[in-house]
Amino acid sequence: MACIEARGVRKSFGATVALDGIDLRVEEGRIVGLIGPNGAGKTTALNAILGLTAYQGELRVLGRNPWTDRDELMRDVCFIADVAVLPRWLRVSQALEYLEGVHPRFDRSKAEGFLSKTTIKRESKVRELSKGMVTQLHLALVMAIDARLLVLDEPTLGLDILYRKQFYDSLPNDYFDRSRTIVVTTHQVEEVQNVLTDLMFITRGKIVLNCSMQELETRYSEVMVLPEKVAEARALRPIHERQVFGRSILLFDGVDRQRLATLGEVRTPGIADLFVAVMGNGDAAQGVAR
Amino acid sequence: MSTQSNAVPNTPLESQAAAPTLLKATQPFYWSVRRELWENRAIYIAPLAVAALFVLGFLLNLAKTMHRMAASLQQSELQQHQLIEQPYHFSETLIMGATFLVAIFYCLDALYGERRDRSILFWKSLPVSDLTTVLSKASIPLVLIPLLTFAITVATQTIVLALSTMGLAMSGLGASPMLNHLSLFHMWVGLLYHLVAIHGLWFAPFWGWFLLVSAWAKRSPFLWAFLVPFAIGLLEKITFNTSHFANLLLHHFMDAPGSSMSAPGSMSMGTLAPSTLGQFLASPGLWVGLGITAAFLAAAVRLRRYRDPI
Repeated sequence: MACIEARGVRKSFGATVALDGIDLRVEEGRIVGLIGPNGAGKTTALNAILGLTAYQGELRVLGRNPWTDRDELMRDVCFIADVAVLPRWLRVSQALEYLEGVHPRFDRSKAEGFLSKTTIKRESKVRELSKGMVTQLHLALVMAIDARLLVLDEPTLGLDILYRKQFYDSLPNDYFDRSRTIVVTTHQVEEVQNVLTDLMFITRGKIVLNCSMQELETRYSEVMVLPEKVAEARALRPIHERQVFGRSILLFDGVDRQRLATLGEVRTPGIADLFVAVMGNGDAAQGVAR
Repeated sequence: MSTQSNAVPNTPLESQAAAPTLLKATQPFYWSVRRELWENRAIYIAPLAVAALFVLGFLLNLAKTMHRMAASLQQSELQQHQLIEQPYHFSETLIMGATFLVAIFYCLDALYGERRDRSILFWKSLPVSDLTTVLSKASIPLVLIPLLTFAITVATQTIVLALSTMGLAMSGLGASPMLNHLSLFHMWVGLLYHLVAIHGLWFAPFWGWFLLVSAWAKRSPFLWAFLVPFAIGLLEKITFNTSHFANLLLHHFMDAPGSSMSAPGSMSMGTLAPSTLGQFLASPGLWVGLGITAAFLAAAVRLRRYRDPI
């Protein structure tokens, strides 16, 4: 069964079209990165998947309609929204108690384990924690839920680089097994590159790229072209070209690697470079931070 | 990578064995109500503070009260009776007033505050339905605050009784004349009726309306909650030169069966006749009101689903 299946999902706010007919299928056991510039519809797409917003079109998450069956769906799904949403009056101990009381798949000892690696005190209120600590707390709560689908919308926003690294390193090891699915949006694309199994680019409410990381490696190649071969390389119709230290770096879609190897040094492009190539510079500039 | 490939053969077996036992029983409603009390501590702190102030004031005035009691022995039975009952009536009016205000502010913030601070996104990430959430919030003014008010009032009055018994004993008057005049048990039955039946059930449409406004308003729910009925009343006055709507609201608020708010001091007092209860349950105002409350709450559930964080 597909974890998420969407056909022609549309959503508009007044005259603004946030989702312009999204079609996608995410199989179980994938880690999908949803990458797009600000205002591309990432959060709206996630909100539709989570049953937080009404939409037109057909959408099934774990076989359920998220809009009508949100509370049942939430037994199997957990998510972190893109802004700090833990209520400020909540105590850490109360959060643990409450989740234990309402969530059938919440493992309190696991959450306590995550928290013991941080400096967060049980009796603290959320308002007394720093921004990074609130995110750590929220992650600890969510990661202790044995969910089938985990949705993370900018999960590491406001965290320092050490904790971010630690988080993305632990995601595949501590949390992921083959029955679980993770959907993550982020601007920190380089950090998730090694974690993802699938990549989706979204812009102006449309999915413009949807491929697995394996596919990405076979399909896209980046060549640092030897100066004398530039004209020859351009004839192969690269989708993007940029200059680094006076050398031309050309990005190709679906061109044979052995053929490209004669032009210069070939490697798999980074997500950020691919993003720039696929989106065009205007959209991409604000979408990716390195 | 090596650890992962080692772990893979075990995973399906483990998850199959663990899956049925992992699903623990949950009590979303119970925990949602507790959550409300965590967030809104004023629900019990406000009446406790009022009760504590009252007891303190009573203690400071104890000597004066004893003098007046001694003097009242020469007066008529009725005056004695009134003097003795006075602190009990006063304490329950104060505590009731405090919790009534708390209930209004609670309702107006209940479904508005979570949207304003965006914490609704956290609550909605948990397997608790909008219906459970709204019902747990509605149960606070409908059931919990009346019962809590009753418990705090009874405790306060017991302390007042103990203090005045001690005072009378020390001043050599003896407590028996006071105890003859006081029928606390009857007062408490009357109080419980007043709180549960009137404040909880009879006023239910008001609580439902406040919750609905708090689920709907994008800003200042307090203003909307009072402005809308006022505007309807005004419109009716201008168009038809009648005031049925305003009268209806006032009538429902003031003249609940078995209690008349328009005659202060008489509310909830004295004995509760079984006929009062019958009269209450047979009153169409109660049932129509509860029907309207259900409609308001259903609308609030729907709004909670549709409304985005502010």
